[in-house]
Amino acid sequence: MAIRSVASRKTLAGLKETSSRLFGFRGLQTFTLPDLPYDYGALEPAISGEIMQIHHQKHHQAYITNYNNALEQLDLAVNKGDASTVVKLQSAIKFNGGGHVNHSIFWKNLAPINEGGGEPPKGSLGSAIDTHFGSLEGLVKKMSAEGAAVQGSGWVWLGLDKELNKLVVDTTANQDPLVTKGGSLVPLVGIDVWEHAYYLQYKNVRPEYLKNVWKVINWKYASEVYEKECK
Amino acid sequence: MAASAAVTANYVLKPPPFALDALEPHMSRQTLEFHWGKHHRAYVDNLKKQVLGTELEGKTLDHIIHNTYNNGDLLPAFNNAAQAWNHEFFWESMKPGGGGKPSGELLALLERDFTSYEKFYEEFNAAAATQFGAGWAWLAYANDKLKVVKTPNAVNPLVLGSFPLLTIDVWEHAYYLDFQNRRPDYIKTFMNNLVSWEAVSARLEAAKAASG
Repeated sequence: MAIRSVASRKTLAGLKETSSRLFGFRGLQTFTLPDLPYDYGALEPAISGEIMQIHHQKHHQAYITNYNNALEQLDLAVNKGDASTVVKLQSAIKFNGGGHVNHSIFWKNLAPINEGGGEPPKGSLGSAIDTHFGSLEGLVKKMSAEGAAVQGSGWVWLGLDKELNKLVVDTTANQDPLVTKGGSLVPLVGIDVWEHAYYLQYKNVRPEYLKNVWKVINWKYASEVYEKECK
Repeated sequence: MAASAAVTANYVLKPPPFALDALEPHMSRQTLEFHWGKHHRAYVDNLKKQVLGTELEGKTLDHIIHNTYNNGDLLPAFNNAAQAWNHEFFWESMKPGGGGKPSGELLALLERDFTSYEKFYEEFNAAAATQFGAGWAWLAYANDKLKVVKTPNAVNPLVLGSFPLLTIDVWEHAYYLDFQNRRPDYIKTFMNNLVSWEAVSARLEAAKAASG
């Protein structure tokens, strides 16, 4: 908490990259919870501070803890040549590793309104959205509808298909990262539609959460990723 | 007249067999107001709309569930039908002052098939805790044996050829208001304070009779 309020965001960004990885025994790279680039309450009223804190400190942390455990067990099994354990661990790795990957993206997909949250994308991403979806409103409508329709837990994504060089909207189940829907897909914006992402505030009304989350979507970050991947 | 009454009577939002505040402090009134009053109600209402004018209209929930499971490649009505069934079954799996250890034949069978009630408790807890994402954990009966099963999203043991005897809903909406992320605490509370072993025993008797 203290670090976040004293350090500038640039310094924090540098710290974040290295602190999110710890080198353990025998060079096995494990992970730690990345800091949020904003306070828990900074996304209100779109997303409550209570949700942000539990989502970050409990849910994301649990994925990281379980992912690290699975990686350690995997490391042992690989070194022992224990093929059946290696295979058995795949679902824990997918669930928890996916949870870590997805949430790390999600925190960057969000920004307080006074730091650009909700500001429409300009530049090449803005044009690409207009080309592929008619308008930003068209994209928002489609993503919100698909997000609302996810049965159970999952994510709705705006992605770039690098191979076809086009934007796509897709959903994934549970903590499956977008790449599981296509090897050439790069996530630009992901919206968590697991109930834990909105329940304390919006209860069963997922569409209301989806209506409001756009007010804090960080299009600057999505544009940066898009421009980098388009080179 | 009787025929159309039967059509709509199949998809009724039955109230739980207890008042919405009767499970406090283990499961709050607020949770039941949303879980039964909004989530379960929506499954029932949406199912009615979904089957209207289709060949599923007028069929029982059981029929719809079996005919839309499609070996896991779910047809559209499965989700609403199965969730309507699952939630009614869930309310009836609980009672005020419930929980603890069962007795009589049910206990004997649990001890036979799990070696002890404690082992069953552990296994049921583990299944409920490790069902990733949304889903359910069950005690089920098949081939004269009791077993613990976990299922994703709306799936239930009916489609896997077993008789469900007990269930716990582990969709986040089932516990988030009361326990937030602490699913293990919710499961323990359910086992220690809410399970209606009478309901489970009655279902076991029905299952045995139905298996011949």
